[in-house]
Amino acid sequence: MAEEVKEFWRWPESHWTNLDIDWKQGKIITSGVDVGSVSTQAVIMVDGELFAFSSTRTGSDSPDSALKGLDIALEVTGMTADNIDYCIGTGYGRVNVPMAQQTITEIACHARGANFVYGPAVRTVMDMGGQDCKAIRCDERGKVIKFMMNDKCAAGTGRGMEVFADLIGVPVWEIGPRSFQVEKEPAMISSTCVVFAKSEVVGLLEEGKPENDIIAAYCAAMAHRIVELLNRLEIEKEFAITGGIAKNEGVVKRLENETGVKTMEKVWYNPEYNSRNYPFDTQIIGALGAALFAMALLERGRVESARKA
Amino acid sequence: MLVAGIDIGGKNVHVILMKDGTILAKGAAPTGINKTEATEQLYDKVLQQAGLRLEDIECVVATGSSGRRVSFAQGVIPEAAADARAVVQLIPSARTIIDVGAEEGRAIKINSEGKVLDFAINEKCAAGTGTFVDTMARALEITMEEMAEASLKSTESIPMNAQCAVFGESEVVSLIHAKTPKHDIARAVHDAIAGRVGSVARIVGLENDVVMIGGVARNTGFVESLKRELATDVIIPNEPDFVGALGAAAAAEAGVVEEKVEARVVERQDYDESSN
Repeated sequence: MAEEVKEFWRWPESHWTNLDIDWKQGKIITSGVDVGSVSTQAVIMVDGELFAFSSTRTGSDSPDSALKGLDIALEVTGMTADNIDYCIGTGYGRVNVPMAQQTITEIACHARGANFVYGPAVRTVMDMGGQDCKAIRCDERGKVIKFMMNDKCAAGTGRGMEVFADLIGVPVWEIGPRSFQVEKEPAMISSTCVVFAKSEVVGLLEEGKPENDIIAAYCAAMAHRIVELLNRLEIEKEFAITGGIAKNEGVVKRLENETGVKTMEKVWYNPEYNSRNYPFDTQIIGALGAALFAMALLERGRVESARKA
Repeated sequence: MLVAGIDIGGKNVHVILMKDGTILAKGAAPTGINKTEATEQLYDKVLQQAGLRLEDIECVVATGSSGRRVSFAQGVIPEAAADARAVVQLIPSARTIIDVGAEEGRAIKINSEGKVLDFAINEKCAAGTGTFVDTMARALEITMEEMAEASLKSTESIPMNAQCAVFGESEVVSLIHAKTPKHDIARAVHDAIAGRVGSVARIVGLENDVVMIGGVARNTGFVESLKRELATDVIIPNEPDFVGALGAAAAAEAGVVEEKVEARVVERQDYDESSN
């Protein structure tokens, strides 16, 4: 029997291990740990190839969340933290990653990660995170040229969507699909502020508006809020999205409609990754970028391996 | 002349019945979901209280963010106009009015005749409104009154990082977990809103005397924070939440059923731009 869902904001945690790689044969093992305000991701790479990752919720204690994230990524691999040559912490809580030798901002990491995941054609990366939203312009090597960010207002962030999911009582992963189950696209929620939007949604529910229409109206408002940020940077193609909200098609499709720019297809740039069915997860891109930076630093001899075993 | 002033805000509706400048009866009620219904019920109640019938009232003027919902009003005037009209009667020396309600915060510059000279408003963001206090009081599991009292006891000023009410709530929860005394958290919350309200006030420029009205003016803890923020004294009239309705009634008495004021709408400044 299915368990009753009570916390509708609770998105699923995940982890994955690449069984094609025997890490013991690898020369350089790096990791990136992205401690965000809402979620934590750990990525492990062996010689620059994706080996394992985890995506979990950030708890009230950032160092614990970082350790737990890495532990989950290491599960079933037989690898321990001591086998890792170099670890880079990133994200809002990057200073709280105990096993990291170094920290790099999530802006740099998302650009670098998107370059690897989507390929060198990426020029604009939209990172739609848990408590902030960043529009990043980068070059063909994934180097940041310019960025705009909103980290002061919950509208247009994952947190805003969680608040909405809880209010309307629909699991957060169902929001996207249900937003398309409408006869006609409704007018978007007019309040920008999440707190005022909540009152507006309560009013619409009281009026008896269909739930799916309200979901569509909220997704449209959220997309609009993100477009406002994008407009300040101007999108240059190719346009790629990262972060948790990138998984919400209800927001992504409306963002594409409003800007008239398609986002890159969510498939690996490396065709082998696709043929081997490696999971494509927009939430791990920051941590992946951090692991790639670690790899590059070691390869160039800029840092020493911190490997203990 | 028998007149009525009705103020429908984001959270509460206020009604005042006035005869030749004297208040006959007044009442307040939460707007709830159906603002029109709540207003009609309250209006009936206040009329009964005064022993009057609907047809006895010669002119009804409405104001407030949902002022247009009063179908039986002869006219609707902007809140800033209503505020100015009432405040200059209550406190003739007033030159700056700060009105903080449940869902908006405004600053109005007036002259000695109660004319609106300049006016700025934040109605887009819950930070800097009464809703922000409500949200944080809920997180602290105390009432607004307790929050006001608590904040007056605080000896330490802790800056709040969050501007947004949603993020602020998480911040308050972390502060509670970190065993920060509740009174210091309460003050941090009031200081944060005072900062936002202060920035709206500075758009029109502060000129003494400064008068604060609206539901949040009842929060003595907030008023202290605002005085610190503005570095000036702030006068609070009696029943500051009835001022809008009083202004509407005064307009009705003066036969004014329409008024226009130009607003400067405050946009959020929540983008950080950077390049490297």
